[in-house]
This record gives sequence, C-alpha cells and structure tokens, in this order.
Amino acid sequence: MSTQEHVEEHVHRDDIRSRMGMWLFLFSELLLFGGLFLIYSVYRFMHPHAFSIASKEMNTFFGTMNTIILLTSSLTMALAIAAIQRGKKILSICLQITTILFGAAFMVNKFLEWSAEFREGNFPGSAVLQSKPQGQILYFGLYYSMVGLHGIHVLVGMTVIAFMLRFTIKGVINKDNYVKLEAAGLYWHLVDIIWIFLFPLFYLIT
Amino acid sequence: MEKNITHKEHTHSYSIYFLVWLALITLTGLTAAVAGINFGKLSVVVAIVIAMAKSYLVLTEFMHLKMEQKAFKVFVFVALLFLTISFTLLFTDYSFYVR
Repeated sequence: MSTQEHVEEHVHRDDIRSRMGMWLFLFSELLLFGGLFLIYSVYRFMHPHAFSIASKEMNTFFGTMNTIILLTSSLTMALAIAAIQRGKKILSICLQITTILFGAAFMVNKFLEWSAEFREGNFPGSAVLQSKPQGQILYFGLYYSMVGLHGIHVLVGMTVIAFMLRFTIKGVINKDNYVKLEAAGLYWHLVDIIWIFLFPLFYLIT
Repeated sequence: MEKNITHKEHTHSYSIYFLVWLALITLTGLTAAVAGINFGKLSVVVAIVIAMAKSYLVLTEFMHLKMEQKAFKVFVFVALLFLTISFTLLFTDYSFYVR
C-alpha cells in the first residue's frame, strides 16, 4: 500500500483515468460494431427466410468451439491480472501465454472454417454465391465483414497481450503497476463480448 | 490518492473467475441447445437475452465494472442507452416497411 502511495507522489500516474481512457476507446469500438449490428438487424428483418437458410450452411461445431475457446481465454486473461496483483509473476506470464495460445487456436479454427466455406464456393463474388437469392448474398457479405473484423480484433488483441508479456517479463508490469495489463484485458474482454453476440446471430438462427 | 488505495484493496479472487467462466460455458450450452427448439419469432429474443446475460457477467466480473467508480457505470450505461436508442429509432421506421 505504501509503495503505491510513494509512486503516486513522485511519478504522475493515475490508474483510474488510464482505465477510463481505455473504456472511452472501447465505446468507439462499440460504435464500430454497433453500426454493423444495425445493418445486420435491418437486412435480417428484410430477408428473414434467406438468412435462416444461409445460416444453416454455417458450421455450428466451429462456432461453438470458438465460443468456448474465447470464453476460456477471457478467464485466463482475468486470472493473469489477479496473479500479478498478488505478485505472482511467473503464473501471470504463463496465463498470458495461454491467453495468446487460445487466441491463436481461435484463428486456426477460423481458418479451417473459412477454408471449408471457400471450398463450397461461399465466398464474396463467387459464381455459387452470386446465383443465390439476394438475402443470402447479404448474409454472407455480413458474415465475412463482421466475423472478419472481429478476427482482426483477435489478432490485434494477441499482439497487445504479447507486448504486455514482454513488459511483465521485464518487470515494467509488476505487483504495483499493472494498469497496462488491465487495459489489455479490457480490450480482450470486449472482443469476447462481440463474439458472444456474433455467435448466436450467425450460427444459431433458425 | 484515496482512489488508488481503494483500487489496490480490490484484489480479485480466482474462484469468482472460475465460477463466472462456468456460468458463461453453461449459458453457451443453453443457447446452443435452445437453438434447436423452434420458438418462432421468440428464438432471436431468447438468443439475445442469453447473450446479454453473458455480456453482463463479462462486464461486471472480468472487466471489473462491479468494483469501478460510479462514473464508469454511468458511462457504460449511457453508451448502451444510445445504442438502444439507435436500434429503437431504426425499427420505428423499418417495422412499417412493406416488403
């Protein structure tokens, strides 16, 4: 406790505002994905039947697996912060590596899933897709843009956590100063929340 | 300074995280299971409600919103309120759209 006060007196550091800044950034992400969800809702409202047919072509197994992977990665991220709070550096490092590996597993799954879709000819601009009704074309367009944008976020999250890992190893992130890791965690959990909505909307609708 | 000290006091417990994770996995199983049942137009409502419950758990526990100052909660509430307003206004229009 005294260390924290000491640091606060001599180095200008404000963890609360740092986290607030991160939250403000997350709100901009909410706008980004919120807009896409708005488009999804309108198109689905206008083409309910086509969306239902197109979603049946989705591989629910991949979707469910990826949900479990991402939820578990959120757990390991939260635990990594709890560990560094207790000064357990090695444990925190291991948990951060696990989080990155889960992120990688998510992307591998995504790669396999998209490869399968591409083999079936369900990719934007393909002859197979162009011959389908407009609603299904819109569905696949939204699927690739929203899930793709989410995938980019997973990659960015993995990169950010990799930097945090380096900071933790070097001791920049430590028991008394872990706000960077908290901010990275917030980003990772937001990516998780977005997937929580993408999963039922693209894989489970009937 | 006072604020930083309060923050330090919140050492997050491991066990809560495991419980939250268990709840999230259970809800995922639930949402996948009920997807097989045809609720008609209610299907999407059920899926969204479960997704919201999961998000609530992630926001309050994993993202520590529960322990943050009130300002954080107000911010998140306002952000979500405006998203809700966007959807509501959009559908006050599209609900009357004749296909």
